[in-house]
Amino acid sequence: MATKSVLAPEDILIEELGYEDHFHEHHEDDKYRSNFFSTYIFSMDHKMIAKQFLVTGIFWAIIGAGMSIIFRLQLGFPEENMAWIKPLLGKWIVVNDAGIGSLAPEFYYALVTMHGTILVFFVLTAGLSGTFSNLLIPLQIGARDMASPMLNMMSYWFFFLAGLIMFLSLFLSTGPFSGGWTAYPPLSALPQASDGSAGGMTMWVVSLAFFVVSVLLGGINYITTVLNMRTKGMTMWRLPLTIWAFFVTAILGLLSFPVLLSGLLLTMCDRGLGTSFYLSEIFIGGQALDHVGGSPILYQHLFWFLGHPEVYIIILPAMGLVSEVMSVHARKPIFGYKAMVYSILAIGFLSFIVWAHHMFMSGVNPFISNFFVIFTLIIAVPSAVKVFNWITTLYGGNIRFTSAMLFSIGFVSMFISGGLTGIFLGNSAIDIQMHDTYFVVAHFHIVMGIAAFFGMFAGIYNWFPKMYGRFMNETLGKIHFWGTLIGSYAIFWPLHYLGMAGVPRRYYRFDSFDTFSHFATLNKFVTIAAIVVFALQILFVINFFYSIYKGKKMTTRNPWKANTLEWTTPIDTGHGNWPGKIPTVHRWAYDYGKDGKDFISQIKPLEEGEVEVH
Amino acid sequence: MELAIKNQSTRNKIHPKKFALYASCASIVMLFASLSSGFIVRQAQGNWVEFGIPNMFYWSTACILGSSLTIFLSYTFFKKNATSLYKLFLVATLILAVGFCVSQYYGWLEIKEVIGLPLGANPSADFVYVLTMLHVAHVFGGVIVLFTALFHAFYLKHRVTKTRLLRFELSMIYWHFVDFVWIYLLIFFIYNQS
Repeated sequence: MATKSVLAPEDILIEELGYEDHFHEHHEDDKYRSNFFSTYIFSMDHKMIAKQFLVTGIFWAIIGAGMSIIFRLQLGFPEENMAWIKPLLGKWIVVNDAGIGSLAPEFYYALVTMHGTILVFFVLTAGLSGTFSNLLIPLQIGARDMASPMLNMMSYWFFFLAGLIMFLSLFLSTGPFSGGWTAYPPLSALPQASDGSAGGMTMWVVSLAFFVVSVLLGGINYITTVLNMRTKGMTMWRLPLTIWAFFVTAILGLLSFPVLLSGLLLTMCDRGLGTSFYLSEIFIGGQALDHVGGSPILYQHLFWFLGHPEVYIIILPAMGLVSEVMSVHARKPIFGYKAMVYSILAIGFLSFIVWAHHMFMSGVNPFISNFFVIFTLIIAVPSAVKVFNWITTLYGGNIRFTSAMLFSIGFVSMFISGGLTGIFLGNSAIDIQMHDTYFVVAHFHIVMGIAAFFGMFAGIYNWFPKMYGRFMNETLGKIHFWGTLIGSYAIFWPLHYLGMAGVPRRYYRFDSFDTFSHFATLNKFVTIAAIVVFALQILFVINFFYSIYKGKKMTTRNPWKANTLEWTTPIDTGHGNWPGKIPTVHRWAYDYGKDGKDFISQIKPLEEGEVEVH
Repeated sequence: MELAIKNQSTRNKIHPKKFALYASCASIVMLFASLSSGFIVRQAQGNWVEFGIPNMFYWSTACILGSSLTIFLSYTFFKKNATSLYKLFLVATLILAVGFCVSQYYGWLEIKEVIGLPLGANPSADFVYVLTMLHVAHVFGGVIVLFTALFHAFYLKHRVTKTRLLRFELSMIYWHFVDFVWIYLLIFFIYNQS
C-alpha cells in the first residue's frame, strides 16, 4: 500500500469504485517474495511463471531452430564438408578418409523429429500459451492470481521436467527419437526398429507424458480462473479477445491431450509389455515378430485427435494476441467482436471433427474422408471471418506501426497465405498428389509455424513493458520484423513449388535422384534464407535480454493507451496485481475513438447518456 | 493465495477448486473415452477373441458401489458432528477401496489363468487389462485422498469448518467419479464382449 501516497488517476478510480477483497491485509505478498527461490524459481506468482515459460520457450526455440539450420545445410549443400560442426555433433558427423564430414542419415531424421517435437510442443504450446495465458488471464479479468497458484507452479515444473528429459535424450549414444514428430508405429513401437526407436523413444514418451500433465494442470487453471475469478462487471461479453482465445485453447487442450496420452500409453504397452495394439506381422532382419493383429491406423486416429486441435491450441492464442494488439495500435474497436468470439468457438468445435484429413492416404475409407473434407473446408469459414475482421479493423484506423503492430499485420498475411493452401490440402482428391510433399511442409510452417511466431512476437513486443517495466528496442524490432517477414516467405514460398513437383518431405538428400536433382539451386536458396532468418531471431533474443536490463524504462503505466485492466496496475506490479482494491469493470475492452475520446479504460463507468457498445 | 480464492469465490456459485476438479474429471473422461473408441475400432477389424468378463469384476463393482455409499454416509455424519460414525464409515470406505483393488488384481489373474488370455495374447484382453489398470491407477489416487481424509479424521479435532467441508466434498466427488468410471467400464465390457 506504499503507492497510496502517489495515487495515479487509475488508482483513484479503483479506490472509488473497486472491489475490496481484503487481500493485502493478510500480507500475502510476503509469502510470495520471501526469498530468492520463492521469487524467481518456485514462484507461484502468475507473472513470474509467465516469464519462466517465455524464457524456457526461447531456449527451446533456439535449439529447435538451430536443428533446422543443420538439416537445411544438409538439404541445401549435401556435398559440402560439415566437419566443422563435429565439435558440436560428435559422432553424428561422419568424416571420410578424405577428411570430408557429412551428417549421419539417422541423425538427420532425429533432427527433423526433434525440430517438430520441440517447436510444436515446447515452443508454440508451452512457450506461447503458457506465457500469455499466465501473464494476461489474471491481469485482464481482474483477478489477484490464478485459481490455484500451486497447480500453476507445478504446470511450469512439469514442463521443465519434460524439457529436461527431452534434452537429455539428445545425448544418448543411440540418439534421440528419429521416427518423426508424430511418432507413428511401427518405428515408435518397436525399440529395435532404429537407433532412435530405442532409449530415445522411451525418453520421448516419458517427456511427452510429463508435458501432457503440464498442459492439463495449466488448462484446468486457466478455465477455472476465467469462469470463476472475473472481477465485478467483467461479464463474458466484456472479456478481451485474448482471454476468449486462451479460454477456448485451454478447453481444447483439456479434451485432446488425454487422447494423446492414451495413444502413447498403448505405444508403451507395445514396446514393453508384448501387446500388439499397433503392430502386426512385422519382419525385422528377416525375423518375423510375435506381434499379430495390431493396427497402426488406430494410433494415427488417437494421435490426430490431439494433433489437429493442437494446431488450434497453437494458433488461437496468437489470434487472440493479434486481435488485441491490432485494435490498440489501430486506435479502433475490433471489428465484429461477437463474430470474433463466435469464430473462436466455432474453430474450437470444428477442430475436433477434422482430424482424419491427416490420414487421407493412410487407408481411411474414402466415404469417411468426405465427411472430414467437408468439415475441413467449413473451418475455413470462421477463419475467414476473423481475417475479414482484422482487415476491417485496420481499415481507416490511425495505425501506429510499432513492432507489435507490424507483427500483427504480418500474422494476418501469413495466416492468409498458409490458410489458402490448407484448402488445397483439405480436399482428399488433391491430397493424393500433395500428401507428404514439401507443399504440406510449406503449408503448415506458414499457417501455424510462422503465423504463430508472429502472434507471439506481437505479444512479446506489446506486453514486454508489462513484464519487465522496460521497452524493447523498436528499431531492432522493425529490422526483426521486415527481415523475418521477407525471409520466411523466401524459405517457404519455394517449398510449395517443390511440393507440387512431387518432392517428398523427410528425405535425407535429393541430389542422387534425377527427378529432383534440378531443384538443387532452389534448395540452396531456401537454406541461405533460413540462415538469415535464424540470424534475425538471434537479434531478437539479444534485443529481448538486453532490454530486460537496459531497455528504455516505462514512465507511465499505460504506454500504449490501452483499455484493458493490466495497464491499470502499477509499473512494478506486485503480487496480487493491484496495490489496493480490485478494479471493477464498466464496459467492454474496445472503446477506442468513442465519442471523440482516443480510448476509455474498462474501469471507467459510463457517462450520463453514454450508450454501451455491448 | 487461499484467501484470494476464498474472497473472490464468494461472488460465484461454485467454488473454483470444485470447478477445477470437474474440469479434471472431464479430462479423465477423454482418456477413457479415447481408449474405449480404440477398443471399438480395433474390435471391428477382426482377430478378436470374445470372452466374458471375469466374475471377480462383479465383486469389484460391489466394493466400489459400497464405498461410494460409505463415503457419502461418512460425509453426512461429519456434517452432523457424529464423530464416531464419521470415522467408522471413512474407515469402511478405505477397506472397500482396498477390496476393489485386490479384486481387480484377482480379476486380471482370472483373465490370465482361467480364461487363458495373458497380456499380449489378443488385443481383446489387452484392452481390458489396459483400461482396468488405468482405472486402478486413478483409484490409487483416490486411496491417497482417502488416507489424507483419515489422517484429518483421526488427528484433527472434529469441527465442521468451510475449509474441511470443501475438502471432504472434493474427496467425495473424486471418489464418486472413479466409481462412475468403473460402472461405465463394466457396462462397456459387458455390452461389447458378449
